[in-house]
Amino acid sequence: MVKAEIKQLQEIKTSVIGYSSILITGCGGCVSVCLAGGQKEVENLVTKLRLSCKADTAPKNIGGMTVERQCEAQFLSQLDQEVPKYEALISMACGAGVQYLAERFPDKPVFPAVNTAFIGINKDLGWYEERCQACGDCVLGITGGICPVTMCAKGLLNGPCGGPQNGSCEVSKDIPCAWVTIYDRLKAQGRLNNILDIFAVREWQNQTQGSIVLDAYKSRYTGEKK
Amino acid sequence: MKSESNLEKVLTDSTFAVTGELGPPRGTSAGVISEKAHYLKEKVDAVNITDNQTAVVRMSSLAASALLIREGLEPNYQMVCRDRNRIAMQSDILGAYALGIRNILCLSGDHQQFGDHPKSKKVFDIDSIQLIGMVKKMRDEGVFLSGEEIAEPPRMFIGAAANPFGDPLEFRVHRLAKKIAAGADFIQTQCIYNMDRFREWIKQAHDMGLTEKAYILAGVTPMKSVGMARYMKNNVPGMDVPESIITRLKGVDKKQQASEGIAICCEQIEEFKEMPGVAGVHVMAIEWEKRVPEITEKAGLLPRPEPS
Ligand code: SF4
Repeated sequence: MVKAEIKQLQEIKTSVIGYSSILITGCGGCVSVCLAGGQKEVENLVTKLRLSCKADTAPKNIGGMTVERQCEAQFLSQLDQEVPKYEALISMACGAGVQYLAERFPDKPVFPAVNTAFIGINKDLGWYEERCQACGDCVLGITGGICPVTMCAKGLLNGPCGGPQNGSCEVSKDIPCAWVTIYDRLKAQGRLNNILDIFAVREWQNQTQGSIVLDAYKSRYTGEKK
Repeated sequence: MKSESNLEKVLTDSTFAVTGELGPPRGTSAGVISEKAHYLKEKVDAVNITDNQTAVVRMSSLAASALLIREGLEPNYQMVCRDRNRIAMQSDILGAYALGIRNILCLSGDHQQFGDHPKSKKVFDIDSIQLIGMVKKMRDEGVFLSGEEIAEPPRMFIGAAANPFGDPLEFRVHRLAKKIAAGADFIQTQCIYNMDRFREWIKQAHDMGLTEKAYILAGVTPMKSVGMARYMKNNVPGMDVPESIITRLKGVDKKQQASEGIAICCEQIEEFKEMPGVAGVHVMAIEWEKRVPEITEKAGLLPRPEPS
């Protein structure tokens, strides 16, 4: 899932100075799972902002509302009644949610309250780690289920570089070298052949804005026949 | 001959080759390059020009290589994958060839985290093995990576690096094989201190027939002091410095440690000369260029063949 981290209160506060009323909007999707922007975090931020925004220039009227997902119009529509009552919006969704919210209410300034960090896993309670950079052309079947694009500090496809020592990446003793891990796993599975051949130069897929239209829906959006 | 490189000529003549290394300045002085070049002249067959080594900004390796040619030396132009995408790389290769550069060393590059701009954006559009393949394609097929034709293709002698000491040890020789399969004509190794491990690696390479397909130059860096040896052991990624080297340097007076370091280096070179599969040495005396004449003299590497 997408992982995000709440911004420092001071930064959030500074962004809304000058607006008399703001609505803090949460998202019940990924950001709620990683405890950055769900209903609880919205309530929390409302309280904190109310307490700390006593100055003349700070917003007087601070409301909060969480929808199931900010990346879907169907759920954003639940905000249609509430938004007109406020001068500006704070979104606690990921970067995609923030933008979809801003697109739905184009006359309202929107400010993000979280930093969207990566696509990752829940390593343990409150501990998230990146696993995928959404490169658009998955190679995990070749590399033993370990992503070289994300997990190797240099994103090498023909690793390892000259740097790994005692199994650690050259950038830090605390980070395992992705390519040592790939090697060990493929060796254990008897699939070392996978990395003896040269991995050809990739045609990067994520160099312009990504867009997916399922085959079954092509005719609906493009008029193309199935 | 694949190129008009002097280094290639020396190697194909079966002469034990010697390459040196020169780090461009952190500034605009061409004088620094002439000064360092002066120590290397007639002592080595080609000089590696590092590309923002350890991710610290320096004069570009392309410009410094061109300046070295003016000094009458042959550069081995280093190019890392960290800072340029395939468009910039190919464009620089064309320019390099036009400026008279005939050797290129293809490297991944140190991660920017070590350098003076640790939060810069990395590129790594292609990796070092893919870079080797790209330069070969440009030379042998006369086309860009895109397949489009190059007017007067660059005929480079293609080099790559190998680290016999990194993890996973058993994979190291296979990675060498991949670099050679990609098109590397010559290989320069990481600095060697652990001779046992190096002997094992070169034997594996030799048994696999790799030393027939590419020229392998053994890398050496003379130790200036015990402090340097300890630093290399503990802080430089991918470096294998056995305790015996440290003990030996510790065993002599502080003032003698530099000469002892050079003595160790010369002993290594003597052994490389006899080692099957080793075609030359790469002497990396970075910021110690002035001792290269002494090292090459003592190791019996002089005179160098006259470049034609
Ligand atoms: S040490 Fe391993 S993970 Fe780190 S950059 Fe090199 S190959 Fe990638």
